[in-house]
Amino acid sequence: MQDRQQTGGGGSTVSRRAFLQGSSVAVAATAVATGATEVVAEANKPARLKSAKAQKVVLTVNGKDHTLMIEPRVTLLEALRNDLNLTGAKEVSNVSNDGADTVIIDGKAVYASTRLAIEVEGKNITTVEGLSEGKNVDEVITAFVKHDATQCGYCTPGFVVAVRAFLDKNPGANLEQIHKGLGGNLCRCGTYAGVTAAAVELCKKGGA
Amino acid sequence: MADETKREFAWGPREENVLIGKDIQRIDGIAKATGRAKYTADINTPGTLFAKLLTSNQAHAKIKMLNIEPAKAVPGVRAVYVFLTAFDVETGESKEIRWDGAPIVAVAADRPEIAADGVRAIEIEYEPLPFFVDEEDMEGAEKAQEETGEKRIKKLPKSSKGDVEAAQSEAAVVHTGYYGIHTISHCCLEPHGSHCEWDGEEKLNVHLSTQNVSGTPGQFAGPLGLEQSAVEVIGNYEGGGFGSKFAADEWGLACAVLAKEAGKPVRLMLDRATDLKVAGTRPSGFIEITIAADAEGNIVSWDSNLWGSSGMGGGTVSPNQIPYVFDFPNVDRNATGLICNTGPNRAWRAPPHPQLCALTQTAMDDVAAKLQMDSYDLFMNNLQHVSKAFKERSEVYAEEMKIAAEMIDWKAKWHPHGKGGGNGAVKRGLGMALHTWGGGAGPCTCLLKVHPDGSVETFLGSQDLGTGTRTVIAIVMAETFGLTLDDVKVNLGSSKYPKSGASGGSITVGGVSSAHRMAAQSALWKIFDLVAAKYNVGAETLSAKGGQILSSGKPVCSWKQAAALVGPMPLEIQGATEKEGLTSSRVGGVQMVDVSVDTETGKVSINDFVCVQDCGLIIDELTARSQVYGGMIMGISYALTEERIMDNKTGRYMNADLENYKLPRIGDIGNLQVKMYQPASEYNRGVVGLGEPPVISPGAAISNAVANATGVRVPVLPLTPQRVLDALQKGGAA
Repeated sequence: MQDRQQTGGGGSTVSRRAFLQGSSVAVAATAVATGATEVVAEANKPARLKSAKAQKVVLTVNGKDHTLMIEPRVTLLEALRNDLNLTGAKEVSNVSNDGADTVIIDGKAVYASTRLAIEVEGKNITTVEGLSEGKNVDEVITAFVKHDATQCGYCTPGFVVAVRAFLDKNPGANLEQIHKGLGGNLCRCGTYAGVTAAAVELCKKGGA
Repeated sequence: MADETKREFAWGPREENVLIGKDIQRIDGIAKATGRAKYTADINTPGTLFAKLLTSNQAHAKIKMLNIEPAKAVPGVRAVYVFLTAFDVETGESKEIRWDGAPIVAVAADRPEIAADGVRAIEIEYEPLPFFVDEEDMEGAEKAQEETGEKRIKKLPKSSKGDVEAAQSEAAVVHTGYYGIHTISHCCLEPHGSHCEWDGEEKLNVHLSTQNVSGTPGQFAGPLGLEQSAVEVIGNYEGGGFGSKFAADEWGLACAVLAKEAGKPVRLMLDRATDLKVAGTRPSGFIEITIAADAEGNIVSWDSNLWGSSGMGGGTVSPNQIPYVFDFPNVDRNATGLICNTGPNRAWRAPPHPQLCALTQTAMDDVAAKLQMDSYDLFMNNLQHVSKAFKERSEVYAEEMKIAAEMIDWKAKWHPHGKGGGNGAVKRGLGMALHTWGGGAGPCTCLLKVHPDGSVETFLGSQDLGTGTRTVIAIVMAETFGLTLDDVKVNLGSSKYPKSGASGGSITVGGVSSAHRMAAQSALWKIFDLVAAKYNVGAETLSAKGGQILSSGKPVCSWKQAAALVGPMPLEIQGATEKEGLTSSRVGGVQMVDVSVDTETGKVSINDFVCVQDCGLIIDELTARSQVYGGMIMGISYALTEERIMDNKTGRYMNADLENYKLPRIGDIGNLQVKMYQPASEYNRGVVGLGEPPVISPGAAISNAVANATGVRVPVLPLTPQRVLDALQKGGAA
């Protein structure tokens, strides 16, 4: 499969109404302050938000620079998945709290859907794809397979990246630290027993 | 030719197995853990558009006005589709919107954020209609029915046998209690959805996140006016299904129509909220039970009044399967379905056993509490009442109970309900439950090829939901031919391959393993005949091991030399499910759990949780154990935290996100231990499915442990801190 072609957006005007629509707090506050029902009625109409113009964004992913033309509102996760076809990081929630989109940014585990792509220009981003090359795979991946820390596998790449980032900082962690450190990743099939076994084994080896 | 009578499809002697029954790593593990496995949500063929949905924010309404033109006008929007189930564009007539989250419009655009702009631009006005969503409130449903004239109550068939009243009057103890279990959503991490791409006007390729690769092409073809042969459904990897992904679904059809209209491939995955609201829920059940027993805890009668809802269908958990696992001499059963404006139900892993188990076996445990009996003894004594349909499993239950009790040290840890004393506010307790499931082999066909160079592959229209289907097939082929897993290739996930049943009900492993054992044995016998002729040995003396063909244990030729005898073209064998001699059905299983309850905060924590599970012949013990761990963890989830919360005032699903829809995290599951029960009697009966059983018992087992710890029954699952504190306050404990 090839990378997708980027497509641009439109103008960049944000009207007062659109601004109000974007902030329900502001709408309520204005309505209370002015008592002006028309403001509320106006705000309840569908917004006509216009896209900001696509702009050039350079992302450094797995040691390579990629130049994209995307709107400022595009998240890192969307850019990785839809523009760079790096689909290892998954979208599970609209704004992540599940960890399936975990990537490493400058050494720290981050939910890729909680960062805009433009925010992370110039930073070193590692995705799960950066943890293997052909048959050469990170020891975390080997340990996941050995302990069957995967079922449907949808949460697995995010978990693998989270374990890698965790081990880098806590190479000799105990069970309690493992449980806390990996609490940001959700699995529905119930692979936690396998993930724990994999992490414990790696910590015994000093983080591998 | 060998003696045909000796050629029966069968598994080999257990002690000779090289792969079967061992801990074998799944063959797609690397693909999954490296992120290389491509799910439907990952399909990015060039030009792919992204679709997003406008869904109903009303529980019950008609659409007064719908204007999609502003969406079409958004630059980058390529196609807009109005769901036939919501609104008829031609006549301008609204259909009835019957639950929060119902899809109304789908918008496809160059980028996901532009599709979202399109959805926001749509103008819609609703005419709200009366709704009812409180599945626990039977009186409220009756009242709503009276007030609006809309049907809310559906009386379900009653049944009775024996004489409940007489049994109660002679019993040593009569216990009456109220119990319940709320609706949950499937919560597949990969949402429902598809990627549709047309090849000209007449051919449609669909990547579908599905449990039903072979069964879904027709669901696209019919409504789209295509020949079924024109649709290929592909599902190589699925991010969870749990019973909710058998259909093309209206949003699958929407995706195909959008792709046709736009002339480009479209990917439409439900957003998280919509997935939780409309793509599958498990029905609720609430019950009043009066149960009578003699002084030894032998239950003599069961009298229950059950209600609950499966949404607009007006069902609840199957009333005729309660009491669960057991069948007592005197029974009265009454049930009512509530018709609620809540998202539709779908099969949820082991339907509806988890609810049946939770409702039945908590009440049984309360009889033990009333008699100040050890719960273990009560369940053991009542094994005489195991349902007739699988009476023969009662001995297995007894064995499994003994093993589980040893694993968790039941005898040493047991204390009568509420009498544990213990460490200040934190009380510990033990609970148990037991379960059953069928798991007989489902339909499967396959095409197995032995190529002249010795390579082996199979094709089948099945799917691997993460249960290990691919791996099981590879093990069966490799074991039969005496090869390694690297020597065999499994091709599944296309509806163009030989048809295979949907994966639901734990029927896949029996189907695929028997079909492949049959095909592989058939192929091997043909090859044996060729080897026998060429090397002048008796075909009946031949075996295949370690990449060689042996005659009475002595090497004759290599596998590759043998395979070359098939000629210039591959040997092809059709396999099909072969139940006789290879598979069986019906399993038991016992779970025991040790919990801590903080009586000040209401928080329940799992300390130790054990499962002893039978499932006949085990092909891959590693992935089998994973199924059990997974079931236990999903069980902890619905026992402690997971529930759909409906707002009675607005009729909306309040926690349709993963922040407030609480699933356990890695530190919330305690210490799990799994023991696969596999004496020779289990191996000898052949393969039985395993996906469903281990998810059934946790609700009852954990609730029973909490009752044992605190001396108070928290009647309704999940046992959230609020419910625990409420029960403690009401029960006067704490």
